[in-house]
Amino acid sequence: MNFDDTPQEAAFRAEAKAWISANAPKQYEEELRKSSLGRTALTGANILEVAKAWQKKKADAGWACLHWPKEYGGRGASPIERVIWQQEEGPFGKLSGMFIIGHGMCGPTMMAFAGEEQKRKYLPPLASGEKVWCQLFSEPAGGSDVAGLRTRAEKKGGDWIINGQKIWTSGAHYSDYGILLTRTDPTVPKHKGLTMFFLDMKSPGVEVRPIKQASGQSDFNEVYFTDVVIPDSQRLGAVNDGWNVSLTTLMNERMSIGAGVSTGFPELFDFCNSLMLDDGPAIEDRSVRSKLANYAVKASGLRYTSMRAISALSKGERPGPENSIGKLVAGSMVQEVAMYALDLQGAAGVLSGPEDAEVAGKFQAMLLRAPGTRVEGGTDEIMRNIIAERVLGLPGDIRVDKDVPFNKIPTKGRA
Amino acid sequence: MNFDFSDEQKQMRDEARKFLAEKCPPKAVREVLDGKAPYDKALWKGLAEMGFLGVAIPEAFGGAGAGHLELCVIAEEMGRANAPVPFSSTVYLAAEALLLAGSDAQKQKWLPKIASGEAIGTLALFESKGNPSPKAIKLQASGGTLSGVKKPVPDGAIADFAVVAARTGSTGRDSDISLFLVDLKAGGIEAKSLTNVDPTRGQAELTFKNAKAEPLGAAGDGWSILTRVLDRAAVLLAFEQVGGSDRALEMGRDYALDRIAFGRPIGSFQAVKHILADMYVSATLARSNCYYGAWALSTNASELPEAAAAARISATQAFQHCSKNNIQVHGGMGFTWEFDCHMYYRRANATALTLGSLSYWEDQLIDRMRKKNAA
Repeated sequence: MNFDDTPQEAAFRAEAKAWISANAPKQYEEELRKSSLGRTALTGANILEVAKAWQKKKADAGWACLHWPKEYGGRGASPIERVIWQQEEGPFGKLSGMFIIGHGMCGPTMMAFAGEEQKRKYLPPLASGEKVWCQLFSEPAGGSDVAGLRTRAEKKGGDWIINGQKIWTSGAHYSDYGILLTRTDPTVPKHKGLTMFFLDMKSPGVEVRPIKQASGQSDFNEVYFTDVVIPDSQRLGAVNDGWNVSLTTLMNERMSIGAGVSTGFPELFDFCNSLMLDDGPAIEDRSVRSKLANYAVKASGLRYTSMRAISALSKGERPGPENSIGKLVAGSMVQEVAMYALDLQGAAGVLSGPEDAEVAGKFQAMLLRAPGTRVEGGTDEIMRNIIAERVLGLPGDIRVDKDVPFNKIPTKGRA
Repeated sequence: MNFDFSDEQKQMRDEARKFLAEKCPPKAVREVLDGKAPYDKALWKGLAEMGFLGVAIPEAFGGAGAGHLELCVIAEEMGRANAPVPFSSTVYLAAEALLLAGSDAQKQKWLPKIASGEAIGTLALFESKGNPSPKAIKLQASGGTLSGVKKPVPDGAIADFAVVAARTGSTGRDSDISLFLVDLKAGGIEAKSLTNVDPTRGQAELTFKNAKAEPLGAAGDGWSILTRVLDRAAVLLAFEQVGGSDRALEMGRDYALDRIAFGRPIGSFQAVKHILADMYVSATLARSNCYYGAWALSTNASELPEAAAAARISATQAFQHCSKNNIQVHGGMGFTWEFDCHMYYRRANATALTLGSLSYWEDQLIDRMRKKNAA
């Protein structure tokens, strides 16, 4: 049990610190520090451009995708070094948001299933942020039940022809490539007829339409495929083995989303430290203190749980389903935190304009964005199923569609 | 960074688990629960022989001199087994107070006896309802004797000695409080057992009538020593709570796998699965907070006050959550005397109060976080 850096870790930290201090886009530091869930844009600058420039700069100096092998654009760093980097990068790490899907999910999937030549071609520009990737899994008919997806891939000579629709694709509107899960055989049970590909998002027949979210923003998209051609060389894994390939991606998704989900606690603690209520400072109010303490131990519990996971990782243990806990806890907590921060503002909490609302409407923005965090990347309920079945060893639910050919599964509820 | 116990420490945990599985099965806990014995004497002796009572006591005072990380892993197993022995009073409170503030002679007199299982110790702090506060201490010290009433005192009826918080001033400041060491067998003390929600751990009222006492630590330092003792005990007790949480979760999981209703194991119903998943979540968050507390305790880090409060709150919540929902998963059978579920429910709710209740520790945590923030 030891929190101190080893001499090697200390040297790494010093090097990272010095480089960040000399190279980070300092003009955005304050604004990034203040940004939170639902409010991540920069005023007077395009955050995508700032993020891409920072990523490229990091890549050129060998600080991008630290845990990836050097030949694929990474640094070959240890899990602990990656954590040290994140600690030192601080608010500038928030600029990595648009790369999370590519670096956290698409990259590892490519690394596990693409050919060597493809890895050398596609991974370095993914690491450097010059090319952005998205993940095309969810469909209108397959969200939690991903294996129920209907987008068809049909073999035609040496190519595959894709027709169908994806939804909830983060960043598809600015992505260059995507990994795509399709149905290649509808006559077998649903998990057994899927195949994974990667494709150029600029291919003819790909159409991206942004979704206007309940929060008013547009982070996600619908993506339509009409006779899109993908060469067989861009298939990842065997034909009809796409489900197994996707499990690699999804486990990595839980790891990266879990680590990145904000709890809202630091923001709430700062807010309560400065807020005055009618009868004195909020932080001296008994009920406020009790609420804060409860949120504090959840936030610290998550922080130390991820440190335990990193310690395990650095001893060579594989990340397991227990990592679902981060997203499950943080996702609902950030929503509660936002509601509580508004409650403390009384009737004026209803105002969300930056000029009228406390802390420029930060918690109102958080409130409106929060419902999505409990759904994206696996709903709270799916996370609980994963913990119950894969950590605690409880039996799976009875699956009425498990042994039924996909094309015989009912598609309508009440007729 | 390495945020885990060492292989040797894990081995010690396995040893303690094996020992307690054999010497402290639920049947043994029930002997005390049913009032047939005030505590499990054979187990207490066994714990001494295994070296567990003195694991964090230096060798110079008859202990094993291993350390507090080792004590943490043993505490976890004590909680998992629901051990009906005065371990927390003697080891986390009395021994820690002696280690922090005792003179060489005082350590020499009591610590070897703690390690060997010959002496049971406790902390006599509370006098009525309410949480730890210097204002609540009325018991008077004068001329080397104590007069007043302490209750509830954990394991007070079976203890051989007590660390007693007494009033030695009336300025309204923390320095009005001093600590004393009292041999409870020396006369002038009346001990009365009190009925409490967890009969496997006794509570007592101690009445002091001009009882002989010697100062522990400097006069007027009592409250600052106590605060440190409570922080250290909070981490250790939190490990017991985490051990109890894990056991309650396992009991619920096992029952959900075995119990058939509506033609299938009840653990295949999402309503039951999600209860158990949430128990796992709270137990895991508590464990992680406890690991941080263990690190702070074992290194005497300046983060200890904050880490101890966080571990205490998180582990209290987890044990209450897991023990009550273990009963829920068991359904009606969980509410029988015959099933063991209620023993954990009782222990969870008793340990939630014993060092000061949740609201006290919540308050402490926020104070400490503010201090750090301001620094």
